Amino acid sequence: MSTGIVAFLTVFVLAIFVGNEVVSKVPSILHTPLMSGSNAIHGIVLVGTMLVLGNAHGTAQVTLGFFAVLLASLNVVGGFVVTDRMLDMFKAKPAERTAKDGGKGGGSTGGKGGGSTGTPEDGGTPGTGAAS
Amino acid sequence: MTLGTWRDLVYLLAAIGFILALKGLSSPRHARRGNLLGAAAALVAIGFTFSDPALRSSSRNLVLAVVAMVVGTAIAVPAARKVKMTAMPQMVAIFNGVGGGAAALVAMTVFLIDVPGKPAVYRIGEVIFGVLVGCMSLAGSAIAFAKLQELMTGRPITYPAQQVINALVGLAILGLALATLVTGSTPLLVVMAVLSLVLGVIFVLPIGGADVPVLISLLNSFTGLAVAASGFTLNSNLLIIAGTLVGASGMLLTRMMSKAMGRSLPNILFSAFGSVVTAAGGADGSGADARPVKAGTPEDVGVLLAYATKVAIVPGYGLAVAQAQHTARELADALAERGVEVYYAIHPVAGRMPGHMNVLLAEANVPYDQLKEMDDANPEMSTTDVALVVGANDTVNPAANNTPGSPIYGMPIVHADQAHQVIFLKRSMRPGFAGIDNELLYDPKTTMLFGDAKDTLTKLLAAVGSA
Repeated sequence: MSTGIVAFLTVFVLAIFVGNEVVSKVPSILHTPLMSGSNAIHGIVLVGTMLVLGNAHGTAQVTLGFFAVLLASLNVVGGFVVTDRMLDMFKAKPAERTAKDGGKGGGSTGGKGGGSTGTPEDGGTPGTGAAS
Repeated sequence: MTLGTWRDLVYLLAAIGFILALKGLSSPRHARRGNLLGAAAALVAIGFTFSDPALRSSSRNLVLAVVAMVVGTAIAVPAARKVKMTAMPQMVAIFNGVGGGAAALVAMTVFLIDVPGKPAVYRIGEVIFGVLVGCMSLAGSAIAFAKLQELMTGRPITYPAQQVINALVGLAILGLALATLVTGSTPLLVVMAVLSLVLGVIFVLPIGGADVPVLISLLNSFTGLAVAASGFTLNSNLLIIAGTLVGASGMLLTRMMSKAMGRSLPNILFSAFGSVVTAAGGADGSGADARPVKAGTPEDVGVLLAYATKVAIVPGYGLAVAQAQHTARELADALAERGVEVYYAIHPVAGRMPGHMNVLLAEANVPYDQLKEMDDANPEMSTTDVALVVGANDTVNPAANNTPGSPIYGMPIVHADQAHQVIFLKRSMRPGFAGIDNELLYDPKTTMLFGDAKDTLTKLLAAVGSA
């Protein structure tokens, strides 16, 4: 049993270093989206809540587990959708603007098109998958 | 390979996905892809979790899980899609809070499941950590939400013997934690959970509205750690990795944010405790408001702008509240058409959180090349004819440079005071979010345009058109 916890501690310590490494240089304009995005990532606690609910017996445990799943799905779904909306605005160079500016950012028009078709989908996917 | 092994491999892939997502989110080019990658990783991991034998063995619990997820999604998606960009910080606070709540509930439930089997002490320790940090994050985020949503005052809330009371609550929690560790008693754990909620509230109360975004980032990091604790409890490497990633990167991000505000993290978290006196001094300052200010008309200012060579727009939260970013862009376009050089001077914490203003202006399709970060904008200020300060206050307050006693002393500011003329678009003479008076409002070269930022900008636009 104690080797188990040491293995988990190892993963934990390494993850601290990785966490520090990946965000070591962030321009300040991305602080908000990064915060929001990492907020969504810890929403993966949903996996944990599902496992707990699976093992729950009796009213108290099942009730707690149910609300845990509910809260966690709010976190993970809302987190990713909000972040995507934020980032969408960074990308957005609508066609009218591009036309007015005369050719400026012509390449980004295509990107925007692809991006916006993606938006409704990625909002729905975590839920759709969860419900299936 | 067994199904369990496959599931673990999928979890490994998801963990890699999260790492790459965070990496992507820290560069402007890959940010969006990073977020989508993270969402995909989460989706796959959640999908594979349905193959868990325990979950499949109880069809009632399986149904409940699906119902909870459908309800959660049905609430979260509209909320996240409809929220105004100005209210984004609160939204993040709420989603973060419920995540912390979920982690605390996981720890609690595991405790209830394990108690009959006399769990090992370190297992109870993991539970206690998860409950403590998760509850603090939940309650703290709720208060942060209330402050930003202006359901309560944004000023620091202080009361006598605050430090002593907070320390006592902290000690009580520590005592209960130790007692729970030894006895494995459920009622003790519940009391500790309640006190942790209280600690979350009283921890956040003394933090001023302007500092709340940094606080949200800190609470985000807390939730990450609580999730990592759930990972230990459930023997899940995925949760340990994801939670720790967020915990560690969130801590670093919090430090970067406070650095952008020119403050240290302890200063943000604890400064209000000792600063009751300073706040009172600020109130005295605003009591002396009988000093004259110069109020102008949009027509005059419109002419001034139209015949300027170089204009800086300094946006603040007021611009966001008035939803005036589109009108501001129209004004900038109109000026640019007349050959006026226009740029936006963006303070890193303009709006309510770092980078918030960039998001808002991007929404209004302001061209990137007109956006200047504070450090690039400041050298240009002395050659700028007019600084048009739209709904900003604290971020241009010279007190940050020259009044050592001021709560914002040391915060870098946009040097609007160095422009030849300063125009303030403001609703009233009321002080900004930090609650302190701004000398620049009384400067002889300053003209005030009172009113809603959007109305005033519309009038300015008309005035520039006819000039």
